[in-house]
This record gives sequence, structure tokens and C-alpha cells, in this order.
Amino acid sequence: MKKILEVNSFSKVYGSGCDCCFAETGPERTNICPGCGSVVAAHDVSFSLHQGEILGIMGESGSGKSTVVKSLFFDEPASWGQASFYDNGSRYDLFELNRAQQRQLRSQRFGMVYQNPHLGLNFAISAGGNIAERLLVAGDSHYQRIRSRAQDLLQRTEVLPERMDEIPRNFSGGMQQRVQIAKALATDPPLLFLDEVTTGLDLSVQAAILDLILEIQHELQTAMIVVTHDLGVIRLLADRTLVMKYGRIIEAGLTDQILEDPQHAYTQRLVASAL
Amino acid sequence: MSYVAIKGGGRAIQGAEELLEYLRCEQGEGGLPLDLATIKSQLRFLHGRVMAEGGLYHPDLAALAIKQFMGDSLEASFALRAYRSTKPRLAETPCLDTGSMRLVRRISSAFKDIPGGQMLGASTDFSLRLLRMELLDESPERFQEVAAAWLKNMPADQVPDTFPKVLDHLRQEGLLPQVDIPEGKAPFDITREPLIFPVPRSAALATMSRAETGSLLALAYSNMRGYGDIHPTVAEMRVGYLPMLLPHPISGEAMEVGEVLITECEVVAMYEENDSGGTPHFTLGYGACFGHNEVKALAMAVLDRSLQKGMKGGPANPSEDPEFVLLHVDGIDSMGFCTHYKMPHYVTFQSDMDRLRTTQQNLADHKGQEVTA
Amino acid sequence: MSQNNGYPFGFLDEYAKKEVRRSVLKAIALPGYQVPYSSREMPMGRGFGTGGLQLTLALIGPGEVLKVIDQGSDDSVNAVNLRSFVELTCPGIATTAKTEEASLIQSRHRIPEKALNDRQLLVLQVPYPDPLSVVEPSEDRRKAMHGEADYARLLVKLYEDIVKFKEITISHRYPTRINGHYIIDPSPIPRFDVPKLHQSAALALLGAGREKKIYAVPPYTDAVPIAFDDIPFRIEDFNDDQGRRRTCQRCGCQTSYLDEFIDSTSGEKLYQCSDIDWCNDQLTATQHLEEVDI
Repeated sequence: MKKILEVNSFSKVYGSGCDCCFAETGPERTNICPGCGSVVAAHDVSFSLHQGEILGIMGESGSGKSTVVKSLFFDEPASWGQASFYDNGSRYDLFELNRAQQRQLRSQRFGMVYQNPHLGLNFAISAGGNIAERLLVAGDSHYQRIRSRAQDLLQRTEVLPERMDEIPRNFSGGMQQRVQIAKALATDPPLLFLDEVTTGLDLSVQAAILDLILEIQHELQTAMIVVTHDLGVIRLLADRTLVMKYGRIIEAGLTDQILEDPQHAYTQRLVASAL
Repeated sequence: MSYVAIKGGGRAIQGAEELLEYLRCEQGEGGLPLDLATIKSQLRFLHGRVMAEGGLYHPDLAALAIKQFMGDSLEASFALRAYRSTKPRLAETPCLDTGSMRLVRRISSAFKDIPGGQMLGASTDFSLRLLRMELLDESPERFQEVAAAWLKNMPADQVPDTFPKVLDHLRQEGLLPQVDIPEGKAPFDITREPLIFPVPRSAALATMSRAETGSLLALAYSNMRGYGDIHPTVAEMRVGYLPMLLPHPISGEAMEVGEVLITECEVVAMYEENDSGGTPHFTLGYGACFGHNEVKALAMAVLDRSLQKGMKGGPANPSEDPEFVLLHVDGIDSMGFCTHYKMPHYVTFQSDMDRLRTTQQNLADHKGQEVTA
Repeated sequence: MSQNNGYPFGFLDEYAKKEVRRSVLKAIALPGYQVPYSSREMPMGRGFGTGGLQLTLALIGPGEVLKVIDQGSDDSVNAVNLRSFVELTCPGIATTAKTEEASLIQSRHRIPEKALNDRQLLVLQVPYPDPLSVVEPSEDRRKAMHGEADYARLLVKLYEDIVKFKEITISHRYPTRINGHYIIDPSPIPRFDVPKLHQSAALALLGAGREKKIYAVPPYTDAVPIAFDDIPFRIEDFNDDQGRRRTCQRCGCQTSYLDEFIDSTSGEKLYQCSDIDWCNDQLTATQHLEEVDI
């Protein structure tokens, strides 16, 4: 399998930082440095991801799971570490890119679906316009082609094509997530980030969205990082899983293995409480 | 057949100018031209405002501008500002110490008593806004008598000229951070450099000092009312004459060349945590402008504080947004642009009509179909 | 300081003029880039052409021939006002209404009908320099967007327009891409005039006094209005119901940009050249032909 992403020793600190930040924080303590008050959101996070694979990152709020994805998607700069993205025979050193290069990858080679659709969609423009924006960034300038592509994508994500010209505000939460997914897929990205995409939705809607994600994985061989606190989502989607607590990875491995035979006490508690 | 007027613009402008000049002089035999000393003295607040908004401390020309534009403060400060454009910058003053001001008024609302004492001075703050009908027909004799009587009863030299600053006292108490003067960093000159955001605080202060009083007041008021809350307390409001120093052309030594009337206001606002983990302090807002204009100085001080908040943590309100505040408070810019809408726009309106008609036609033709090229 | 009412040549002090000239050089070197400059106050209102005027005053010298137009007319009040101000403060310059005689043309809302040549300079007055302001209010963020040629949101606006109205609704100030990178606001010229900027022999300088920006379309440079491949940019349509091109009722011209107005006595709709100098030329030519006929 082709490698898509490799992250080595990624760290993210909010605040001034000091010498004892990493020594004084961690899964057994907290993520706030007692020395300087900085928040160690993530430290020494390493993993790799291959084509068509879904990697789950699980943890409670404050575990740093979203931080990893935000930095990879350039929403926030990384503090330390290295991340390589492999695409069409090139290697991109993600944390060393300039703004224009970041924007290029973000808009064409990565897709992001946020928990809050306001972050992923422009609510002032139509669902089709949101998808069009991504296609326009990618350089398409043919109105009819953009429109039919948007239509196909909405159809694929089970949004009624008649609603293409409506603004997302008029849509239900599940529908907004579908539009976000359609937008993320517009440029056929090899890598998709999904940050708590089903949180807050009705159970039946959740199930339908998760099905859609699996179908996309099978059809398009898109690699995905799924960030969630929900064990059910991990169980259904993820091939491999990282469990995070207070900014550190405490357990990593095949999802089945982690769920059947959790090693870390924290993971054991999580799995037990979900049963 | 009628033609669009394609001639006559020049004559029309001239006619308008002549009519304006007539209006200025319409009293005819019954009137006398305003003399500049009268404007400077009896319209002192307007006069100060024009110098501040015009960005030029030139009492004679400011008075001329008020006379010429018949008391329109926007037009008068505009003319002063335009005059300024023709003048090169020959020298720069060093940073001046307002502790050396010859004061005519100073108050603090933070303390009942302040070092040097409160000095109410000339203020309308507590006057009853009752029209004094006796001034409807004021005789020159009685007018001149007022000043003579006042000066006669005034004991000389009872009050000192200069006073210590309230903020220095607060600093000694450890309630305010020590002054941090950046070494070798000249203040931003808004007359020589465009504002490119983010701008330094000195650029914001200079912009607000030249701003139109009403605009500044409106934005500061929005913060006071609830679109923001910096919770200001006036540590000190002082009005007086600030000695103006310029470098000697040969020796470079600072020498006093005169004094300017200014209003300065320092507000103390809610304290905030120290970034580097040290002790928290009160925060400061600073306002100062030419002339005696306390509303402007206070509004500016409030906005200075709210802008600092916005620059640090991102604006949560219009009054905390540097672009929003600084690009919309200049009287000359805003009145000019407002006025320009009265100019002919028929070429662009023709273009607007073309779009609307085409759109109307299109929608009628298509009735909901997809558009095709 | 001379006989000019106590004002120096060109009104502005020399430092100000120098700054404008340096900004002009930078603007030419970076076609379409909005160069910030300090922009002095002029004795006419912001919005009345103070940006264009500062360019004119910084660039003009004795011997130059100046033409000033507003809405295509040399005699509209604002054009007269600006021209007499330049005459007052710049002794030794000449003025003209004839496009071909001018070495420097300052204009608001129009580009002359007659093609300009490489010895001529066009100065356009700009109220809003930034085409991105409709999609992004913060100047700081817009600057980054320009730097990266990040114009997708502007194109989305066109897309949404077409969805809603089956037509691009931008009438004037049509966003135009210069030399393949920066998109400019070409000033409130009608769409009709935008193609004149493309590969123009004359240098076009655009000045926004209130917003303190100068930018340029250098000679022989691409100026392409943004559009979709299948929905092209279209200029104003001057055809009547039968699809015939309307003509100027004064000179009979069938190709010029027309002003539409209502005859105050008959109530009839009439059309006339917006560029008065052009209209006069056409009129002289026709009359000349008539004379030859006799």
C-alpha cells in the first residue's frame, strides 16, 4: 500500500512554553504546564497513514486529538515535529510550507469535514456555490462543468440536487454534513480529515453518514483520519486507532485489537464504559 | 430637439462660488466682516476643533478657515489640511512631556484629592444649560466690562503653573506598569506613511487625534454603552499650554519655540493579567488633541484602550477593531466621500440599467431553466 | 513658491510628489498591485478625484498638455474644477479637450473612445481600489489574498450571480486580472471601456486618494475581465428591441458608449455619445463629408 502521510514527533504548545513543559505534563498528570501555564495540547505524536486506510484518533476533549488534525490541515501552526505528505511522487514537508503552498494542498489535496458546519461551509452562499469555490480554487473556470460536478457530488452524498441552489442555513444538521463532505470530495483528494463529524446528530442520521464515509473509502480509496470521542464511530470506521490522553498517544494499534484487548488502563476504562 | 448640456460646467461653478461669497457678506451695510481675533476668542471651541481636525496648529489660518467657510467645521478643517499638503516637513519635535504643561484645568475622577489638587478651571460640566436671554442684546460696554472686572479681582500667582501627573502617582503605588519607552523607535507619522494594518499604537493615536470629534464620540459611546466594556475611570483630564520644543538648527539641542493649547486625557481601565506571569496592573487609555476639547480627548482615550484590547485578542466589537475605527473616523475623508455621491454618475448608472434590464429579460426568458452559454 | 496664489508648482510639496512618483514606479513594476502611499489632502473632497489629481500633479511639468474629463465630458463641473486647479498651480502647462493632443489625460468613469498612443498617459480616479472588498472586509486579510492570487471567492460571487440572475450582475468596476496575477478594480468605468486597458499602448495609472493606493496597467499588458469559459464577459448592450445598434442622435455614431436620457418636452428616450470630444469629431467629419458632397 502506498504511504500517504507520515507524522514524526509532532507537538503543539499554546502559550510561551518553558523547559519543564513536557516533563511536567502527560497522561498521568494534566496538559497544563505547572511552570508557565502553557497548554501542551499534543506532544511526541507519531503515526503513518496509507492509501485507502482510515485511522481513528480517539480521546476525550482536551486529549489533543483535534489538535493533530488542525495542524495537519494548517488551521493552526505546529510547534515542533515533522509531517510528510506523499502525493503524485512528491513529498511535502507539511510544517515547512509557505502560506501559498499550504493553501494549495488544503484546497486541492486535502479535504476537511468539521463538527461545526459553519467552519467548513460559507453559510451566505448556496450549497452549490460552496462546492464551486473549491473547484474554482483548483482552476476550473467552466460554469456548466462546475455545476454538473457539484450536482454529481451532491447526488453522491445524497443531497437532493434540487436543493443545490439553497443556502446551507435551510438544511438540517445531517444535510449540512453531507454538503461538507461533498465539498471536501470536490477535488478528489487523496486525504480526508473528519473531525467529530457525526457528533450531535440523530442516531439514524449518524448511521447514514458513517455508511456514506465507508462507501467513499471503498469507491475512491481515500485515506482518512477520523477524530472522535465515540467508540462506536471508531469501531465502525477505523482500521487502526490511536488513543490519546492529555496530549500524548497512550495506545496505538489495530482497532479490533484495541477494542478486544486494551492495554492501557485508561483505554480499558473507555472500552468497558462503552459496553 | 433638445441636447444634453455639454457646455456650461465652468460657468455654473463660478456662479456657485459667487453666490456663496454673497451669502458670506449678505448683511451688507448692516454688517462687519468677522475679525480673526474674535473667532479665536469667542468661537474658541470651534477654533480648537478645526485646528485639531485639520491637523495643523495655526491659529490665524484656522480662524481664516472658519470665517471663509462660515463656521462649517468640516470644511474649515478640510481647508487647513489641504494647506498642510503644500508644506514640507522641516523638523520633528522630540517626545514632549505633558507634565510641563501650563495648566488651565485638571481634574481626576479616580481620587478625591490628587497631588497638586483638583483644578476645575473653565468648564461647562456643571453649568445649567439655560439660555442667557440677556446676551440676546449684549452691549459692547458690558461685554468689555466682564473681562476687566475678572482680571482686576484675580489675585496673581496663587496657583502654580505646572502640576504632577496623577499617573505618576499610580505608578509609584504599583497599580500601573512602568513606562516602557522603546529605544530608538520613532512614532508613526500618519502624514508621511499610509496605514498598513496591523498598525502600531502611535499610528492609531495620531489618527484619532486628527479625527472628527463626532465620529470618535459615536464609536467610543458604542463601547461605553455595551458594545464592548473597558470600564474607564478618568485618572486625569488636563487642559493647558504645552511648551513646544524643536531641535536647534545647528546644535540640535531641543529649544522652546512656543506653546500649543492641548487637552489630554488618561483613563485607567480594568486590569488584566500579565502575559509573562507577573503582577496584574490596571491598563491605560490615552487621548490628546489640539485645543480645548474634553469630549474628544476622553472618547479617544476610551478607544485607545478598546483598540489595544482588540489588537491583542481580536476584536469582539466595532470599537475594538483597528480597521473599523481608524478608517472611519477621519472627517475629511468621510465628508469628502459622502459629498462625492452628489457628482454625476450617469455613465455608471447607464451600466447599472443595462445589467438590470438584461437580468429582467433573462429571467423572463428562462423562467427557472438552467442557464446556457 | 511663485505667482500661484502662494502655492508651490503642482500644489504638493516636493517630498509628496517624490513619494507619488516612487509609488508609480513600483506600481508599474508590479502590474495591478495596489501600492500604498501616504496620500495628501487636496483642496477638493475625497471622492472627487484626489487620488488621480495627486498622480497628475506629481507627473505633470511645463510643456505637458492636459485633458480632464468626467463622465466623458471636458465641461462637466468636476472636470472643469480639476482642470482649473491644475492650471492655477502648474503655470506653463497647456490644456486641451482633444484626446489626440493630450499627453496626460485624467478621467473619471470613462476611457476616451479614441485609442490612446504610447506617448500618452491615462490617469483614472478610483473610489474603491480593492475588488476583494465585496467578499472580505478586512484589508489585512485582503492583502494576503492578493499576494497569493486567491480570488476564488470573487469567482464564487460571479457563480452565485449567475445562479440567481442568470447573468453576471456587475455593471461597472468590473474585476480585471492584470498580467495573469493581480485582479484590480479598474475604477468605475463601464464594462464597455475595460477591453481598452488590454494591451493598451498608453500607460494607465489608477489613483485612490481616500484609500491611499496607486496601481497601474503598464503599456502592452494583459488586462482580462474575469469570467467563466462558457459565460463570457459582456459589455453594455446598446441594441434596440429589433437588435439594431442604437446611434448617437447628435453625431450618428454607431460604436460609442451612449448616455440615455429623456427628452424633457417629448418624453422620448434619446441616446447620445458619452465622450463629447469623440462626438464632436464625428460631427465635424460628417459635416465635412456633406460639404464635399455639395
